[in-house]
Amino acid sequence: MTTGHDTVPYSAMSAGELLRKHPYAEDFFTSLGLALPPAEESVGAYFGRLTSEVLEDLGVERRELVERFSAFMALVVSLREKRTGPAIDSITIQGGVDKSGAAEEFVLTVAPGEVVSIVGPTGSGKSRFLADIEWMAQGDTPTRRRVLINGSVPDPSRRFSLEHKLVAQLSQNMNFVMDLSVEEFIAMHAESRMVNDVAGITRTIIEKANELAGEGFLPQTPVTALSGGQSRALMIADTSCLSTSPIVLIDEIENAGIDRKKAVRTLVDEHKIVLMATHDPILALMGDRRLVFKNGGVRAIIATTPAERATMAAFEELDARLTAVRNALRNGERIDCV
Amino acid sequence: MRLITVAGPPSSGKTSVIIKAVEALQGEGVKVGVIKFDCLSTGDQALYERRGISAKTGLSGNLCPDHFFVSNIQECLQWGEQSGFDLLVSESAGLCNRCAPHIKDVCAVCVIDNLSGVETPRKIGPMLKMADIVVVTKGDIVSQAEREVFSYRVRQVNPGAVIINVNGLTGQGGYELGRLLSAAQETVSLTGRLLRFSMPAALCSYCLGQRKIGSDYQMGNVRKMDFT
Ligand SMILES: Nc1nc2c(ncn2[C@@H]2O[C@H](COP(=O)(O)OP(=O)(O)OP(=O)(O)O)[C@@H](O)[C@H]2O)c(=O)[nH]1
Ligand SMILES: [Mg+2]
Ligand SMILES: [Zn+2]
Ligand SMILES: [Zn+2]
Repeated sequence: MTTGHDTVPYSAMSAGELLRKHPYAEDFFTSLGLALPPAEESVGAYFGRLTSEVLEDLGVERRELVERFSAFMALVVSLREKRTGPAIDSITIQGGVDKSGAAEEFVLTVAPGEVVSIVGPTGSGKSRFLADIEWMAQGDTPTRRRVLINGSVPDPSRRFSLEHKLVAQLSQNMNFVMDLSVEEFIAMHAESRMVNDVAGITRTIIEKANELAGEGFLPQTPVTALSGGQSRALMIADTSCLSTSPIVLIDEIENAGIDRKKAVRTLVDEHKIVLMATHDPILALMGDRRLVFKNGGVRAIIATTPAERATMAAFEELDARLTAVRNALRNGERIDCV
Repeated sequence: MRLITVAGPPSSGKTSVIIKAVEALQGEGVKVGVIKFDCLSTGDQALYERRGISAKTGLSGNLCPDHFFVSNIQECLQWGEQSGFDLLVSESAGLCNRCAPHIKDVCAVCVIDNLSGVETPRKIGPMLKMADIVVVTKGDIVSQAEREVFSYRVRQVNPGAVIINVNGLTGQGGYELGRLLSAAQETVSLTGRLLRFSMPAALCSYCLGQRKIGSDYQMGNVRKMDFT
């Protein structure tokens, strides 16, 4: 493994130089519970003098440590490059077969900033569809679908690379489980994404989330103390800014208590491809197209018509009235005259 | 026959994930058997058999289940061959953080779950660090951010592994895991094969049954905390 610019392997560089050029290399040592090598010593030499007790505690053999370090550095470099690297212009899904083996006969190409709704009963094949995208299926899944990126077959190694994961998911059942404040939580995510300005992006995300959530929250609020709506808002703001996945799947967030339209727009503004599994008319109509699932296959692709879009206002009015009633109930008011 | 060693912390989803992957393979006519290694008791054999998967149980009692595993795996392989399996999966409880059942040139899987927290990957020993495939479960109940941080932390301690997310409840990802398992190397015999990491045994006098407390009774590999 070389640095790309010159031919000195990372493990032969002095630790001082390495950490100056690649500050995130420090993570490798902290994750193993090792002290940092002295600045003038190379990582290779440092590994060479670790005692066998230390290695036994690590659960790694000495020669493997160097290989692991090189692989880790390769990951660090590719994660960083991904942040600035070539973008995804389109993802294409070529139809395969449904559960009965009938051909689907569709080709769907989606570009960043597009919203596609997914409709159909449970068990109709929505999860398999996403799994096909995640796996970058090449006719090797039960549906025989194929997935192309920028019009071509993706490199098979992308399937398992962290930095190339295609789909980020947000669903009603997902919760924060970490014992951290909002600020610490977002900073931790940003660090794992090797962002340069961790404090800056953390601030941006918290601001965005507060705009989406009905009730505001503070950077010091523990993530586990957020309400359902606040959690959803934070997840959307965080995913829009920090996830490198080009596709965001939103699964049933109808009752989330956040500004749903604004939430979708936040993702679109960050050039995400938004897939929405929803039967909420307001959300579904935000999609440019709707994929209709039945019997494990895509049965139809319906483009949202201007006439359909025009009904949106009516649905929003209904929605506003229902929300008013809910709020009245919450405030202990009578609801006979709303 | 292909042998796969699956290890992971208790309740991380090993059985659920194995079942989902195996069901996908059975659909293609692949014959699969599973052996569960545990200490005292396990209901896993029944879980497998209920789904038509042949299973056996090995209980190690007060021995480390991984030590017990190595002493028995050759015979397990014979059982698998005699039963005509195409794939034999060993599930071990991962109770001992210093040992791992992973064998050189035998496909090694570690199952860990998102709920166990982002510090967990750093704490797990060779069963995670030496695995070829790391299956991450329970992504359905944590946030995208937590999933991403978790995968990154796994990557830090095992940069070479294939990391795959599988939902043990819905089976999402199980088909793909099945594909990976069926691409594993054939294992004809294990005699002479090496473990990926040596298993420490009987490190100190207490490993050998000593019960008395005090420095007079401490022998062998004894390490002391530093209070200075
Ligand atoms: N929500 C959720 N639950 C899961 C998932 N995978 C497994 N579980 C649940 O986690 C529990 C433990 O799963 P098992 O498959 O028995 O775990 P195991 O690792 O085999 O457990 P032991 O063999 O007892 O160590 C069960 O209640 C499963 O239903 C998952 O992806 N999501
Ligand atoms: Mg089990
Ligand atoms: Zn052990
Ligand atoms: Zn001992």
